[in-house]
Amino acid sequence: MHDKVDVLIIGSGASGAAAAWSLADTKMRILCLEQGDWVKPTDYPTNGRDWEARLFSDFAINPNRRNRPTDYPINDANSPIKVVNFNGVGGSTIMYTAHYPRLHPSDFRVKTLDGVADDWPVDYQTLEPFFAENDRMMGVAGLAGDPAYPLHHPPMPPLPLGKSGQRFGRALNSLGWHWWPSDSAIATVEYDGRAPCINLGHCTPGCAQGAKASTDITYWPAAIRAGVELRTHARVREITVGPDGMATGAIYYDAEGKEHFQPAEMVIVACNGVGTPRLLLNSTSAKFPDGIGNSSGLVGKNLMFHPFALTYGYVDEPLDGNHGPPLNLWSQEFYETDRSRGFVRGYTLQLHRGTGSIVEAITSTLAGRLPWGEDHHKVYRGLLNRRLGMSTITEDLPEEHNRVTLDPVIKDSNGIPAPRIDYTMGENTRKMMEHGVARSKDILAAAGATNIGVEAPILNGGWHLMGTARMGTDPERSVVNEWGRSHDVKNLFIVDGSIWVTSGGVNPTSTIQALALYIADSIKTRLSEGTLFE
Amino acid sequence: MTTDTLTDAELRDLKALVAEMIPASMTYEVPGADDEAIFADIVKSLERDTADARTSLRLLFELGGGSFADLDAAHRHEIAATFKVQGGAALFALNRVVLLCYYRDDRVMRSLGQEPRSPFPKGHVVEQGDWSLLDPVKKRAPFWRRM
Repeated sequence: MHDKVDVLIIGSGASGAAAAWSLADTKMRILCLEQGDWVKPTDYPTNGRDWEARLFSDFAINPNRRNRPTDYPINDANSPIKVVNFNGVGGSTIMYTAHYPRLHPSDFRVKTLDGVADDWPVDYQTLEPFFAENDRMMGVAGLAGDPAYPLHHPPMPPLPLGKSGQRFGRALNSLGWHWWPSDSAIATVEYDGRAPCINLGHCTPGCAQGAKASTDITYWPAAIRAGVELRTHARVREITVGPDGMATGAIYYDAEGKEHFQPAEMVIVACNGVGTPRLLLNSTSAKFPDGIGNSSGLVGKNLMFHPFALTYGYVDEPLDGNHGPPLNLWSQEFYETDRSRGFVRGYTLQLHRGTGSIVEAITSTLAGRLPWGEDHHKVYRGLLNRRLGMSTITEDLPEEHNRVTLDPVIKDSNGIPAPRIDYTMGENTRKMMEHGVARSKDILAAAGATNIGVEAPILNGGWHLMGTARMGTDPERSVVNEWGRSHDVKNLFIVDGSIWVTSGGVNPTSTIQALALYIADSIKTRLSEGTLFE
Repeated sequence: MTTDTLTDAELRDLKALVAEMIPASMTYEVPGADDEAIFADIVKSLERDTADARTSLRLLFELGGGSFADLDAAHRHEIAATFKVQGGAALFALNRVVLLCYYRDDRVMRSLGQEPRSPFPKGHVVEQGDWSLLDPVKKRAPFWRRM
């Protein structure tokens, strides 16, 4: 039995870290339980000669392949898109590429504007100060003035264009289409104790330089200095409830598998769009036989992924290859709805700088482009560092049949039922993806690329996990209210991507964190008013 | 994770197979994947792909009607071509390990004009580029959808 804390946060990733830091100024006793461990900068792959190889072992993006003791299995056999995550302090901000767009204002009003899905109970304007605060805390590089967005001012200058960026720029200009330097959570100058990017070029599985903003080096040092406790190797099995239906704390296992009970005045869940419904569904009791906070029956439903399509070709000169952050430009030309395209909503094109030599060899072998035998060498030399590619990030509309449930057989190393994913791509998304691939081919042609390849959807592309505990004002149609509190349990909050109503068509980390800061601020306001649990 | 090792017979067939995948080249002055140092790296690096490697080698044995390494060169080429088509996911896993090891060999990297080193701490240089390319986009009116 541990001492009772005021706030128990479960999960130390993008949203949990932001909420912990924001709440720290209340001087409440705050504890975060994290199933993983700290990752040392010296552990990151770019420290060694096997830096690309480790993408297929201990830094694999797919947890089933990675299979660290801190990972949990995910049954994603019934999904064309596999879940990607990381479990450790910083969560999936350890394992991301730091492409950092915000949702657009229209993303919060899809029902009103386009007659699909639902509007959010918050809007861009409400979140704007939290976007700015989060940009400052994470350290965002970019360029003010993007005509695709309301004006905002990233605190650092953008990443370099490089050879690939210039090639893309000329191509998109020739088509008259939008492009802009991405907001990236990567330090381009010395920033708040972080060293600037030195173009290691392998940002996704952790940055040895510390230039990439993962919450273990942004929010957490500040939160810990402010008194928040972070307990690692603490895998939560369930949230417990008392006779009054209020959350009383959580049961977790430590590194040795020993069971603990951690009492708390309030519980904040920040385990991502798969981990959160898994935890809620595993938290059954006489009062909540179908899982805590699940009176709507919507916990686990409406899973949204952002199906990605990769389209690429090869040009006649060496480009940047793996040098520099792999994502530094975006195009929002096809983001807003144009019904003449045959679908509603839209997508981002994120433009890639290049790939490493080994990934080039592997992907070209898989695509049947790289032969065995004597010709291998000649063909490979025509591919290396010549790849120009882009991803279509499609908006995925919520559909209840796309869901996270508990697997009846598979359990993690502590015996906790694993999540099972059932997912199919919707028709609107499929049409959008076809459009994105076609437009990507137009861009590649304008850039002089040939030998075009397509992977649609990307198999290991389940980076963005949203919608499985959606927010809303109607308790029958949502899991949490407009400021993240469970409709059913008045001291239970959710702050991660699972509360998203719709997905937009951008990488979600920036908005996840702005939303977490907004919810933490709402908690503080109501705490001071004495209305938090009313 | 499977960490058991291949038998001597499997290793012989594997070595002959990787030489079919990536042979040495006089033209580019690079070793083949069956080079002693590279092959040792491949064997050491099979780790969680050992089961797939074993599955692949079993199919290769069946296709050749015996040890792949014992076939004459022409027959090896023929069987390797069939194997490449039929090998499926297990062969791809094995092929991936071969590529992972081959393209981190110092001699191979130098032949490609690459420095044989880790990215950190030296990093790389990326040119800023011509930012005037963005001027036409800067002139564009805001087009985000207003509510």
